[in-house]
Amino acid sequence: MSMIKEPLIPTVGVITDVRLDTPDIKTFRVVTPDGKKAFDHRPGQCAMLSIPGVGEAMFSITSSPTNTEYMEFSIKKCGCVTDWLHQAEVGQNITIRGPYGKPFPVDTEFAGKNLLFIAGGVALAPLRSVINYVRHYKDRYGKIDIVYGARSKEDLLQYREIIEEWCKDEGVNVYLTIDREQPEWDGHVGFVPNYVKELGFDTDKTVILCGPPIMIKFTLAGLTELGFSKEQVYTTLELKMKCAIGKCGRCNVGSKYVCKDGPVFRLDELDELPNEY
Amino acid sequence: MQKINRNVLVEKAVSLLENGTVCCVLGWKKGEFDYDITPAVFTTKEDIEANFVFDDFCGANFSKYLVQKTRKAEGKILVFLKSCDTYSFNQLLTEHRFDREKVYAVGIPCEGMVDINKIRAISGEGISSVECGEKITVNTIYDEKFEINASDVLLERCESCKSKLHVAYDELIGEEGEVLESNRFDEVAKLEAMTPDERFAFWQSELSKCIRCNACRDVCPACTCEKCVFDNPKSGVENKAPANEFEEKMFHIIRAFHVAGRCTDCGECSRVCPQHIPLHLLNRKFIKDINEFYGDYQAGAEVGSRAPLANYTTGDIEPSEVFDGRGE
Amino acid sequence: MFKCSVNEIYNVFAKIADGKKLYVPADNKDGNAVYTEWAEGVELSNALNTAKSPKDFFFPQFENLMEFKVEGKSIEVNDIREASEDFVVFGVRACDVKSFEILDRVFLVEPFDSYYASRREHGVIISMACTRPTETCFCTTFGIDCTNPGGDIAVWKTEDAYYWQANTEKGEKLLAALELEGCGEDAVNEQKEKTAKVMSKLPLAGLTTDSFGGGKTMELFNRPEWKTLSESCLGCGTCTFVCPTCQCYDVKDYNTGNGILRFRCWDSCMYSDFTKMAHGNNRLSQVERFRQRFMHKLVYFPENNEGIFGCVGCGRCLAKCPISMNIVKVMKTIGGND
Repeated sequence: MSMIKEPLIPTVGVITDVRLDTPDIKTFRVVTPDGKKAFDHRPGQCAMLSIPGVGEAMFSITSSPTNTEYMEFSIKKCGCVTDWLHQAEVGQNITIRGPYGKPFPVDTEFAGKNLLFIAGGVALAPLRSVINYVRHYKDRYGKIDIVYGARSKEDLLQYREIIEEWCKDEGVNVYLTIDREQPEWDGHVGFVPNYVKELGFDTDKTVILCGPPIMIKFTLAGLTELGFSKEQVYTTLELKMKCAIGKCGRCNVGSKYVCKDGPVFRLDELDELPNEY
Repeated sequence: MQKINRNVLVEKAVSLLENGTVCCVLGWKKGEFDYDITPAVFTTKEDIEANFVFDDFCGANFSKYLVQKTRKAEGKILVFLKSCDTYSFNQLLTEHRFDREKVYAVGIPCEGMVDINKIRAISGEGISSVECGEKITVNTIYDEKFEINASDVLLERCESCKSKLHVAYDELIGEEGEVLESNRFDEVAKLEAMTPDERFAFWQSELSKCIRCNACRDVCPACTCEKCVFDNPKSGVENKAPANEFEEKMFHIIRAFHVAGRCTDCGECSRVCPQHIPLHLLNRKFIKDINEFYGDYQAGAEVGSRAPLANYTTGDIEPSEVFDGRGE
Repeated sequence: MFKCSVNEIYNVFAKIADGKKLYVPADNKDGNAVYTEWAEGVELSNALNTAKSPKDFFFPQFENLMEFKVEGKSIEVNDIREASEDFVVFGVRACDVKSFEILDRVFLVEPFDSYYASRREHGVIISMACTRPTETCFCTTFGIDCTNPGGDIAVWKTEDAYYWQANTEKGEKLLAALELEGCGEDAVNEQKEKTAKVMSKLPLAGLTTDSFGGGKTMELFNRPEWKTLSESCLGCGTCTFVCPTCQCYDVKDYNTGNGILRFRCWDSCMYSDFTKMAHGNNRLSQVERFRQRFMHKLVYFPENNEGIFGCVGCGRCLAKCPISMNIVKVMKTIGGND
């Protein structure tokens, strides 16, 4: 029986590596049963992962598209699906479908620009694919600044990659901060919004901002003070999704469906949507 | 036709609002047609005078709204209660679902409410106006006119009204009524007289009409759980659509069990069911059984009464006798 | 145009039902019209419309999507779709025919929903013109002509005959196989005129969409009237489930003990858990959920679909809402033409 491909039917993925990144975030490496990358994606796009009997949920693909071998997902333990994934071991099968959503405009609006990444906590996960993509094609972009903060040193996601790779890159400046002083930390202490203001960036940058709503709100206020306009700032949203293809209605906000019209939005675009995200 | 005129209630509402006794009024609001009345919260004299109605279409029972509305209200809420509504009101108080101090309850007499579906069955489609007088006068867009006796088109629950007595109020308008000899268990007796197979077939055919809209649950004054077990993913029985015949029945049967002994037989479940399932019969079966096993008990008749199913006495019927069917 | 006499209709049904399933509105024991599989003895209902919309034919309330076999750490995904069989739905009113076009705009845009697409492909819609609209009808508000009901074949019923006209290739094929007698259109035209006169007299005839449509999001979203309109909303799913155009769904897994089924079922944006995630909910109150349903039909949908509204004026929500709150009251209040 020949039928058109059904977008809701996923393929099988195999977890080939599990890394404990922070006390509540693990990074999972996923390939197809024959060891290949499940599909190609663009920076900022997402995939639906599921565990049959538990549920399906949308996750941003944290690995860069330039990684042609596998995909990675950094997942915080916060619900049925994520709780289950956190107890999964290497070799566990899951299901995967995608890629979904509009990616960051890395080859158009971002091209030739200085880029400022600002992230808080687990929100580094969706930005990591962009950061590693622009690091890979560094000659296509200007200067890259990354401000990243978390509650504590232990809560900093991808800490080893940041220290061993990002910090050593020429033309990449990494600014880390944690909320409160702690013994083996000699870096900056304080909240991300304040740190951004302290650092006082020039406005010749395109900003990629992601974090909890409260962080976004205050960072945006700081950026505005520094002279940035909303047209310069991009973010990525997270809403409940079931189909991921703009049909089930969950992630509908205004006339947009976050799963297909987002998750990446420029902040001035968000101004035209009701504040329901 | 209602004995009490809408203007009397409007006057009462406006005076209580204006003298500061209450901060808002829970009442029936005029609809698009003459019959589609919406429960509403009135806060101004102008709104009440223009839009408050009381006629044969005011079936909605406001008691359950008090659970949410009293939490937010700055002062007392004026609520109009028909005799049957007062039982739900008391039952909610018994279960500590709202603060009595935040409510000013006005009991109003009721001559029975009518069912627009029954009227439509007589008049046909295209009702352009309905006047509730001595008779119900229906005009249609097809230039037909019907004079209907209200008693022929009453809501099922009003056909078998159990009580015209108001069991709770701060103030009563009109004459007090009394508990009635009701025929409300006749339909249950018919079901009991069926063979188990016939009965199963009856409920199978009724419950298979269910579209799981949850209207029965959401309107039910006895269903006031903050999180219904059927909405809770952790319960293991959460479902949004009946996956099979079993689940079709489970929702309604579990709900009937859960409200057993607390259901006052207000009839809202059957009134709102878009598929016209006689859901009240499930609840009445429980009420009838409770009456037979433990002696007559009317939920909501008194505040704080101990329901037989929630109260142990040494004289209680033995489970084996219940299992055998009859408690005589 | 072709015709058959009123007495012949069941013979025609028998011809259609020979080889395909045929569904027609028939009265259930409570006297409500329900789409029923036709067989000898099933009588066509005289009701204006069915209590439930015909959207179930293409987007059923519940359907299994796929099956998983789980063993240890391994998972097998099985596509359990069955090939749809041809079927015919008779007696669909113009409003409901239009609702299929609205559903198409959701399910038949890339990526296609194959479950829906396959049923659409295999279904033949025989519509039926209205002659006795009711007070809750407002299809004209959305530019629908109930005297020209569309579908693959349109049917008009007069006192003594049924008149048939094919509108699509699918319809022509089926109609040809019925071998009906050819006829003129005078009787149908006469009826259309008569019905049009009734339509103009309907109480909701003047309802307009002028205040709604794409581009009005922020203006209408922030209107204070949403609070009073939604004040007594029970948060049930009646309006959504009787609506021919509501198409939101949930996807869930069910362990049968012998494999796991992933199914979908209708969902309602009126439900409190519709947008609830593990760590938050972007619509916490009923006023927000209530507003979403109407904004979607009256603003968001037309914004994305060349001005086409997500409502067909069938009037089911007017008849069924437990508190008698509905899209007409919303349009009159928010639209300010009360």
